[in-house]
Amino acid sequence: MSEPTLREATRSGPGRLLIAVYALFALAACARSAVQIGTHFERAPTAYLLSALAAVVYVVATVGLVRGSRASRRVAVVSCAVELVGVVAVGAFSLLHPAAFPDATVWSLFGRGYGFVPLVLPVLGLLWIRRTAPGATRTAQ
Amino acid sequence: MVDGLTTTLNWFALGMALWSVVLVILLRPPLPGRPDGWAFLGVLALLELGLLVQAVVGLARLAGTDREVEGLTFAGYLVGVLLVLPIAVFWSLTERTRWGVAVLVVGCLTVAVLNVRLAQVWTGAAGV
Repeated sequence: MSEPTLREATRSGPGRLLIAVYALFALAACARSAVQIGTHFERAPTAYLLSALAAVVYVVATVGLVRGSRASRRVAVVSCAVELVGVVAVGAFSLLHPAAFPDATVWSLFGRGYGFVPLVLPVLGLLWIRRTAPGATRTAQ
Repeated sequence: MVDGLTTTLNWFALGMALWSVVLVILLRPPLPGRPDGWAFLGVLALLELGLLVQAVVGLARLAGTDREVEGLTFAGYLVGVLLVLPIAVFWSLTERTRWGVAVLVVGCLTVAVLNVRLAQVWTGAAGV
């Protein structure tokens, strides 16, 4: 599959909606962590650093999907994986040790504050990249 | 906040989300050049205009209030919500499939959610 075709496949169909939701979370996470770090960083440094990490990961995943090149899709896979590990780890940890998270992050309680979308999004992202991978449609069907 | 303007815009946004859902079902992207396309985009522009008025009034209120309001968060929501619809329309119309139209549903729902949060920040409800 040529690069323009790959880009088209990544960005069209369900990918269009997926990228929209990723962009939304990139915006939300960036804004949230900017406010947290900018105004009261000392209140919960760990949680806020995780917020910032989440924001960076969402931005990288969004850009990776939008560009839709072979290399950028690989970057998107890594960031989706980091995201999945992050939301599961932070979700479990915030459930077991609420005291460590006096203030919420996007990933707290498996993203409950965001309708659990943060938990579902990386899975959908990984599935989508796999489905649009060169040759996937021919071998999978 | 702002004399019910936020609540009105909220219902407006939810109505537009519903309209977008209908467009998804009918598989009819609101393309400029078609009467129904112009109607949708026109009403959506009206919503954006309402959000702009809300931003101006809200920022003025923020400057004038002596209550404790998380100013930066509040201003962020006021201005941030303005970005959603233009980006959603651009991203939606460049793909004329059901998925493309669904982006408009997400955009309109996002406006509604951001407006709810905006009202919460103004009244000082919990959350950051």
